[in-house]
Amino acid sequence: MKSPFAAAVRAIVSKDLRAEWRSRELVSAMALFALLSVLVFSFALELDKNAREEAISGVLWVSLIFASLLGFNRSLSLEHDQGSLDALLLTPVSRSAIFLGKLLGNFMFTLLVALVLLPLMTALYGVQLLDSWALLTTIVGVFGFSAIGTLLATLAVQTRSREALLPIALLPVCLPFLLTAVRATKGIVSGAPQSEWQVWLQLLAAITIIYLVLCLLLYRFVLEE
Amino acid sequence: MSGRRLIEVQRLSKNFGWLPVLRGLDLLVQRGEFVLLLGANGSGKSTLLRLLCGLSRATSGVIRIGGWSLPEEAQAVRAQIGLLAHRPLLYENLTARENLDFFAALYDIAAAERARRRDNLLQQVGLADRADGLVRGFSRGMQQRLSLARALLHQPDLLLLDEPYTGLDNAGCAMLDELLTAASNSGCTIIMSTHQLERKPAHIDRALVLADGSMVYDGQVNGDLAALFRQATASA
Repeated sequence: MKSPFAAAVRAIVSKDLRAEWRSRELVSAMALFALLSVLVFSFALELDKNAREEAISGVLWVSLIFASLLGFNRSLSLEHDQGSLDALLLTPVSRSAIFLGKLLGNFMFTLLVALVLLPLMTALYGVQLLDSWALLTTIVGVFGFSAIGTLLATLAVQTRSREALLPIALLPVCLPFLLTAVRATKGIVSGAPQSEWQVWLQLLAAITIIYLVLCLLLYRFVLEE
Repeated sequence: MSGRRLIEVQRLSKNFGWLPVLRGLDLLVQRGEFVLLLGANGSGKSTLLRLLCGLSRATSGVIRIGGWSLPEEAQAVRAQIGLLAHRPLLYENLTARENLDFFAALYDIAAAERARRRDNLLQQVGLADRADGLVRGFSRGMQQRLSLARALLHQPDLLLLDEPYTGLDNAGCAMLDELLTAASNSGCTIIMSTHQLERKPAHIDRALVLADGSMVYDGQVNGDLAALFRQATASA
């Protein structure tokens, strides 16, 4: 990590982590929202064991995506409202480094929420989510929608109706993640043979890579006034 | 003479939607000049500064800074520019020291040099004893001082100041004048916008007056700024 690009990414990530450690406003809001969503779903869907296995992966991913909406919006709003986004843009750092720095911060915050949800849902729904494949699926999926979320949140914060714009823009483009991640998680949770769900995990990884590349290419256009 | 030229602006226009904010400006600034940019609210001063530092894109016209064109060579231009804007452009949940360290990393200043410059600047802006205080606990004036340190951290060739006296008390204004004089003496080109006509730094090479997006005066400052401003805007 000695190149200026890597040093800039590292500086942005550590700045976001340090600021969040001091304020705790982002992760706590996301985690609280996700926990409440899971609890509401658990009361709303009083299901037998088979039905729970069907529903739990959907509950996990919908809760994570909704919670991340809060996080992405807040993360970029803080940069925008304090004017620090302008300060970042004034530096001779490439826009891709700014994107990767913000993406990694958002990814870590959302992953932290996911790591709270997995054991909680295992306890609440009586279904085994603490599995290495389930964890891998969560990491890949969260990384993918954090990438597109970071891009769209940067776009949304520059508009007046940012709270409304981000969900409207993000939820449709998150559908490929939702579809593949839910299928992969469902297969893993139900104990289906690996050959049945592995293709969904591979598809999720492929979509994540495609979105990441697109976001890296598009980010500088999003930042232009 | 072109080797001494730092800023070259030709037929620069900027519209926000249908609203023209800058109308075909031409401007040449030589290296080391201290230029005062005057104008009423809404005359286009801040927009011009944002265009010069590459934060905004012109509707039409040419901007060259140090021979590099904007927006095509923006990355090279940004390394030369320091901006003190309306807002402090700082991170409230970081300390003064952490803010400067963060921006020093982004400007790729070597670690040993980083600490030296940071400590010197904190001393110069009078915040050495608050270096480990969170910025969210700072007054507006203290944030403005730290923001000035941030703008000077990478020793820019061009310093753009948008209403820099905002929030500063008398001691802060004197400190700012002192730092600007030192920067100017070391060869830094400075463009400073203000509508506070009662206050000006000791040494100014030139004044520009903007009115309704057009340059209505470009010349020496003889006498007080208020008289110059009245004269320039009356004849526009």
